[in-house]
Amino acid sequence: MVRALMIEARQLTKIFRDKKRGDIRAVDAVSFTCLPGRIYGLLGANGAGKTTTLRLLATLLQPTSGVATVAGLSVTEQPALVRAKVGFLAASTALYGRLTARETIGYFGRLNGLADAEIAVRTQRLADELGMHEFLDRRVEKFSTGMKQKTSIARTLIHDPDVIIFDEPTLGLDVMAARTIVRFVRDCRDRGKTVIYSTHIMSEVEKLCDTVGIIHDGRLLAEGSWAELKTRFGETDMEDIFVKVVGEPPVV
Amino acid sequence: MNSHHILTVYFKELRDSLRDRRTIVSMFVIPTVVIPIVILAFGAFTATMVRKARAEIPTVMILGGEDSPTVRAALAAHPRLKVVPGTDDFRARISEKRVRAAVELPRDFDRLLASGEPATVKIYTYEGEMRSGFAAGELDRFFRDFREKTVQVRLDERGIPASILKPFELTRQNVAPPEKVGGNLIGGIIPYVIILLTFTGAMYPAMDLTAGEKERGTLETLLCSPVGRTEIVLGKFFVVLTAALATVVLASLSTLVTFSVSAFVLAKSAATGAAGAAAATMTRTTLPSIDPVGFLVSLAMVVPIAILFAAGLLTLSLFAKSYKEAQSYVSPLIVVIILPAMVALFPGVELNLQLALVPILNVSLVCKELVSGVFHWHYLVLIFVSTCLYAGIALALAVRMFNRESVLFRT
Repeated sequence: MVRALMIEARQLTKIFRDKKRGDIRAVDAVSFTCLPGRIYGLLGANGAGKTTTLRLLATLLQPTSGVATVAGLSVTEQPALVRAKVGFLAASTALYGRLTARETIGYFGRLNGLADAEIAVRTQRLADELGMHEFLDRRVEKFSTGMKQKTSIARTLIHDPDVIIFDEPTLGLDVMAARTIVRFVRDCRDRGKTVIYSTHIMSEVEKLCDTVGIIHDGRLLAEGSWAELKTRFGETDMEDIFVKVVGEPPVV
Repeated sequence: MNSHHILTVYFKELRDSLRDRRTIVSMFVIPTVVIPIVILAFGAFTATMVRKARAEIPTVMILGGEDSPTVRAALAAHPRLKVVPGTDDFRARISEKRVRAAVELPRDFDRLLASGEPATVKIYTYEGEMRSGFAAGELDRFFRDFREKTVQVRLDERGIPASILKPFELTRQNVAPPEKVGGNLIGGIIPYVIILLTFTGAMYPAMDLTAGEKERGTLETLLCSPVGRTEIVLGKFFVVLTAALATVVLASLSTLVTFSVSAFVLAKSAATGAAGAAAATMTRTTLPSIDPVGFLVSLAMVVPIAILFAAGLLTLSLFAKSYKEAQSYVSPLIVVIILPAMVALFPGVELNLQLALVPILNVSLVCKELVSGVFHWHYLVLIFVSTCLYAGIALALAVRMFNRESVLFRT
């Protein structure tokens, strides 16, 4: 079966201008593709360029050069249409504390152009799937981490996006909350969504990702399936492969 | 641009803001509770102080005049003065408020008066001190009266009619309507308060909807939605504008109610007793009337000012990373707003073509005229248009800032 490319990045580059430090090439000529029903893992240390890459795909930032398409739409030419196709969930995307879970989901539904009746139906379904009925009409500020996670997931899915971007979604979460996320990522793949997932945690990549891209200093240094990388670098451990790709850390 | 998106953002932000305690305090509690209390307390306090000062019989000191028992006896018999014997440290005693004023009689004053020779009576007062002023005024009145009586006696002795010294009477008549008098008294303070409230009403929502969202991490969530950045900033802008205008309208209403109710209560007590009548007279003098149409036009003039503040505050606080940082940018700005608003309080500062183009100051000055019932239509148009222009520039700047990723993702 030939699958359509849902995400395609070609020579994607982002340079941040900084008066003190000069130009910073946060993302440097990165090219990769993602397919429906597959999870693409972006693995890299802190500051490697993961977040910037994903923000470029979600059209939160404009690329300095290079092109990217999401569901066949250009991120630079049709950013609003791209965002309508994308669900973006990051450790840094928080919820409005003074709204209830239902109001939060409804707000993002309306921002995505859904009618109120449609929002009600979808909210009901998401609350069933995620087990949210107990706290649906309570304010988010009083929620536990797990409840916030579920609300975030529902917020990300309300417009039924084809592409879901996760930027270090398990950062700062406890084991149980992190498991909710991991299960949800698998669910998305099983429903045929295109998933791109960034992390610096090796075990998450091993567990989840169909394809792995190792990013370092803004450049994509290696890419392939888990099995391919093992063969190519002659290692069985993800961490060893990672170190082989990016090099040993300097001795302090 | 999609108005449906702007409205979606607007209603969500409005609901969010109305659940924020800080916004509730600045938008509802200050105008409807704090302002009436301050007006009533301040009014009652000053009225009581003035009445007490007037009721007090001032202690004054007589210096010299041991050889003039007639004048001394007349002074001692004066019901509105309490006379004490003179001491050398009278200046210190006036400064320390132990006596309110002193009067120095010339040597042989009785004899000088009888013989018709020139003489000088000197009054010592502590200028700027209200009660000392009252005492000096009372002394002044006593001696003028005394002088007139002396003149009358001398004229009578010589058989000359009094009209020889007063060939004509001189009177003064007020042509200004009561609104104008009231406007001049409190006209400056009304625009000052209105402008300040517009600013404080816009301040908290502006900081909360920008820097606050950045700090809480919700801004990125919002930017992920298909809604355009211009639509988001406009939705937020209209919420800040709503808060600013609501603050001013509520404050105006509550002030109006406070004045009407206190006038009504005082009028009622006037019907029941003499003390009430005195209080009512006092209220009429301390609560000057203002022109109602002028007041409404003043509120209309505040709309572009509110737009200017809302857009300016959004721009400034959008740049901040956190609520705290936004506060440190915005708080000093209050002084920048207060100064031009305050200039209208100074007597003698009048509207001209140059001042009509100075933002805030122009509205402040024209509002002072408006509540006095004076309508300078050409200035009103000029000021309204120029303020709209400044407001437009500020709004364009806010939209521009919101489209800059270096500002949105400033870390």
